[in-house]
Amino acid sequence: MSAADVVAAVTDPELPMVTLAELGIVREVREDGDGVTVAITPTYSGCPAMEAIRDDIVTALRGAGFGRAEVRTQLSPAWTTDWISESGKAKLAAAGIAPPGAAPRRSAGPVPLALGLPVESVACPQCGHAETERISAFSATACRELRRCPSCREPFEHMKEI
Amino acid sequence: MSFDDDAYGALTDHADDARWAYGTGFADPLAGVPTAVPDGIDRADLATYCLMLGDDALIMSHRLQQWVTRAPELEDELALANIGLDLLGQARLLLTRAGEVENAGRDEDALAYLRDPTAFRNVRLAERADEDFAHLVARLLVFSCWRLPLLDRLAASRDPVLAAIGAKGVKEVTYHREYAAQWVVRLGDGTDLSHQRMRAAIDAILPLAAELFEPHEAEVRLAAAGVAVDPSVLRGEFDAAMAQVLEAATIETSEKTTDATARRPDGEAQGGQAQGGPAYDTGSGRSGRDGVHGPELTEILAEMQELARALPGGVW
Repeated sequence: MSAADVVAAVTDPELPMVTLAELGIVREVREDGDGVTVAITPTYSGCPAMEAIRDDIVTALRGAGFGRAEVRTQLSPAWTTDWISESGKAKLAAAGIAPPGAAPRRSAGPVPLALGLPVESVACPQCGHAETERISAFSATACRELRRCPSCREPFEHMKEI
Repeated sequence: MSFDDDAYGALTDHADDARWAYGTGFADPLAGVPTAVPDGIDRADLATYCLMLGDDALIMSHRLQQWVTRAPELEDELALANIGLDLLGQARLLLTRAGEVENAGRDEDALAYLRDPTAFRNVRLAERADEDFAHLVARLLVFSCWRLPLLDRLAASRDPVLAAIGAKGVKEVTYHREYAAQWVVRLGDGTDLSHQRMRAAIDAILPLAAELFEPHEAEVRLAAAGVAVDPSVLRGEFDAAMAQVLEAATIETSEKTTDATARRPDGEAQGGQAQGGPAYDTGSGRSGRDGVHGPELTEILAEMQELARALPGGVW
């Protein structure tokens, strides 16, 4: 198994249904001699899972027989939910978390300020109903919001586009 | 060893050093980020600048965290905790960068936990205690309406670390600003009582905005070198966003944000006294950027630094 395969298969500590590769945070895996250097991108500035992710990568590489494993942080370019793979989105949906749509495109000039609720169609991951409503802009983590479905009446989480 | 066996032992288990809290051995948030300083940039100025923006985020984050268990609804505690966590993340990156550039052996822990109030470089808006929820959202709105265009411009900095922090932070402060703005509108355009209290909060907080746009000499030099953002250029974008929110909130403030005389520090002292806030040393024209703070910062640091000061270097 190559180092890249080992790293790609490590799962996210907070979203264990998806791998780091599917989450789109692995920027580079380089083998040199008996060692491996991995570059990962933080999802959010304050994401408390980053240290756990670094640890999990090193543990997985050592377990696969690689002698030296170094994980470095690559801050730029900033992570976007557009880097989550199609299989990653499918796994999020299967776990009851509505996957993000396309990240908002930024036009030139000041960042626009939205005062109303965001107009977006997030389908219910339980019953598939197309229109759902926001309960709260934040859930247990910054990357997810709470929504509810008017059809099946179930609350669910949605990973926000960023 | 796992948490199930021994929660305290697991914290110092070398096989898993991912537990993150003071005294458990922080990981370097810049781990592996190239840390060279581009040619022609004054290291002392750059360190000072990183401290300014880092301290703003750290102190604001601490104030936001104080609302956890006190917010009107559970959803707002989640929101404020998450916004505070974003700012704490920005603070960790900036303080680590400040320590590296300064090259005096201070890491993020030393800078956050072992400095005295006069060594903090945050704007005084960040340290202000919130009298009620309206004051909090007013303060978060003003802070975000200023920090967003700042980070947006910082993304073009010649310093690659500041540029990366800026590009990342823009995405985060965009939704911080939306959260604050939507609450200001909801309360301002709500009942008579909520309108009255939201308006009082805006009137109390707006005078503190003046300091945000007064450039420090280090900022001016670094801005000329293409590294920092001269905050005076942010005024137009700030005013436009504030006007958009206040109009939707049906709040006509008695404090004209564009009137220079209304933003003078002596006006701030009077407003602060009238609202029961602290009197700042404003006669000298020096600001939080120079280490001049109100007693509220001392209170914050007494709480935040207590453990680190009582047990220097303690690990458990």
